[in-house]
Amino acid sequence: MPEPSKKKLDLHRREMPKQPPEVRRRNFNEVALGYPVETAVEEAQRCLNCPKPSCISGCPVEIDIPRFIQCIAAKDFAAGIRVIKEKNCLPAVCGRVCPQEEQCEAACLLKKRGGQIAIGRLERFLADWEAAQGELEIPPVPPPTGRRVAVVGGGPAGLTVAGDLIRLGHAVTIFEALHKMGGVLVYGIPEFRLPKAIVHREVNYLRRLGVQIVTDFVVGKTRTVDSLLEEYDAVFIGSGAGLPWFMKIPGENLNGVYSANEYLTRMNLMKGFLFPKFRTPIKEHRRVAVIGGGNVAMDCARTALRLGAEVRIVYRRSREELPARAEEIENAEEEGVIFDFLTLPVRYIGDGNGWVKEMECLRMKLGEPDASGRRRPIPIEGSEYRLPVDAVVCAIGNSPNPLIAATTPGLEVGKNGNIVVDEETGKTSRERVWAGGDVVTGAATVILAMGAGRKAARSIHEYLCSL
Amino acid sequence: MAELRATQMLVPNMHLLTVFAPEVARGMRPGQFVIVRAEEEGERIPLSVADWDEAEGTLSIVFMNVGGTTNALAALPAGSTLPTVVGPLGKPTEIDHYGTVLCVGGCYGIGSIFPIARALHQAGNRVIVVLEARSSFLLFWEERLRSVADALHIITRDGSKGLRGHVGRLAEIIAAAQPIHRILVNGCTFLLKRVADVSKPFAIKTMVSLNPIMIDGTGMCGVCRVSVAGATQFACVDGPDFDGHQVDWQELLQRRKQYVREETLAYRSSRGEEHRICQGHAHA
Repeated sequence: MPEPSKKKLDLHRREMPKQPPEVRRRNFNEVALGYPVETAVEEAQRCLNCPKPSCISGCPVEIDIPRFIQCIAAKDFAAGIRVIKEKNCLPAVCGRVCPQEEQCEAACLLKKRGGQIAIGRLERFLADWEAAQGELEIPPVPPPTGRRVAVVGGGPAGLTVAGDLIRLGHAVTIFEALHKMGGVLVYGIPEFRLPKAIVHREVNYLRRLGVQIVTDFVVGKTRTVDSLLEEYDAVFIGSGAGLPWFMKIPGENLNGVYSANEYLTRMNLMKGFLFPKFRTPIKEHRRVAVIGGGNVAMDCARTALRLGAEVRIVYRRSREELPARAEEIENAEEEGVIFDFLTLPVRYIGDGNGWVKEMECLRMKLGEPDASGRRRPIPIEGSEYRLPVDAVVCAIGNSPNPLIAATTPGLEVGKNGNIVVDEETGKTSRERVWAGGDVVTGAATVILAMGAGRKAARSIHEYLCSL
Repeated sequence: MAELRATQMLVPNMHLLTVFAPEVARGMRPGQFVIVRAEEEGERIPLSVADWDEAEGTLSIVFMNVGGTTNALAALPAGSTLPTVVGPLGKPTEIDHYGTVLCVGGCYGIGSIFPIARALHQAGNRVIVVLEARSSFLLFWEERLRSVADALHIITRDGSKGLRGHVGRLAEIIAAAQPIHRILVNGCTFLLKRVADVSKPFAIKTMVSLNPIMIDGTGMCGVCRVSVAGATQFACVDGPDFDGHQVDWQELLQRRKQYVREETLAYRSSRGEEHRICQGHAHA
């Protein structure tokens, strides 16, 4: 292999400016501020432009990463964003919420030396640069094929399928159950991590490409999948994982105990933090415990913090096993979220008026690794103690919403309620029906849902061309 | 989005909306509900449906003006647009040939018990309708309900019409009409609980249509959870109808009160004045 570059390796990853913790913990503005132009160019110039780039294989939607990075290095930002958009219709979203450290950046050759290229930050930079130029560039759409596709769910999977198929000339209609498009991007991920204006911008981009959008339409209730199949050549189900889990412990239905979905929906989709201008209320709690250790738990904790509460994350394993992104854990720590590791809630205690007042917890220790490869938490007998709380947010996971499976005869469903598909194509057990995203995998990440959407779109396109 | 075709105040504080929502009307069944937003900044609230016309593509919704959102809804003139009307949601009421059924409606439930009574009547049941109100001037749709009932009784708190007293007097109606094979109740949570209490000694299966706080109405947020027979159920997708003898009423009543303070605030700010809020205890 030839030397990739004569210059000395620059292993110094450029930092992205952030709002200082003491400021941002009092506002809902975006925490990370994005690279300034010079920093982005410097960071891009560190890329080795490997002849056999491994970063692309780390990207579920196969963005030509070295090519867009070279565009930034050459300061041709317009060309760079075009490269990304060949594969990704949501770059401003993915640049912010993808777990790049486990995907593209994990595969970067420089990672071994501790200086992997900040691919996500560069993707974000290009998307934001384009938005700052004013109008988004709308690529030409081919003549209509006359084929029609119904997409169920306006989240990351559905948006990707719609974006891919519209650019292949098929007519696409998205049916979204809520009143706003974006799925988890609008109801789940907080403003300070993903400003909603960015989601609306990217949804508008699809609209301008010609995608039809129907909100307030619950497939499985307003109409069934079978009824859509009478009108459309194919149906893609990307309805997400919207059924919250609870721990089934005493006191869980006390007032003040929320599912993460409820808490985040009140805050994000319904803008509870602007009550009463926005009508959906959220209580101002003093002591909030968030149960769980994933990204959703971090989002809930940091939201509660911004409403003025003392917030603790209660997690049954140790810091090492936290499933959240490293960056989000650090952000939470910087902002002042308290972490109670090796702690398991066993019951909630009410104040006599129906409100949660305390939670009883058990201390845990770690045993041998379990099926997940992580060390199993074991309760320490007699270690019960009580923690005063006036709100608890349960962020321990979600399974697929059963509405569609229950109303679609012949659709094969796994034991967790997930729709069973062929992994390569997204095909379900029903003719002309595809599925992808969290409804197939259970709660996962935005980019995995988009990757599934891309595979399904490819398979749907093949099918439509065969008609 | 749905066009508001007509509005009417049926009795003080009780409003009827006629909404053009053909996709929703097409699939509607007795006992189902819709989620409505009154304004762009508005919350999502569940409202029972009192009737629908598939050919016209319209829904009839009866609701009581009790909070910020219902107040905003009540103030909308015909011709305005509701940002959200989504449904039909929830499981339809089980309609079967039971024999004799008692349909009890109070408050807005006088509206939403109507399609249930009608469907039960069409299914060949002997239908006895009981309407409950504080006073005769708060009754509506009496003739409409009479048209689908074999008998109709009225209970008013002040005795201005029918039996005088609270819903406890239902016991006399039940005793006189035995055997009754099923009771169905629509109305505020307190009425539902009282009817379930009254019917329990008679051991008649009593289905109550619960109306807890909801946000999405599709099983996603979990705020509408209720304990039924010791297990947690989501009223929006597992209900809204449940066996009233199995519901944990104390928990449900407490959960419904979660946002009373905020509701009051929103209501006052939407009216620009202070106003007494009608709570379930009005029936006590």
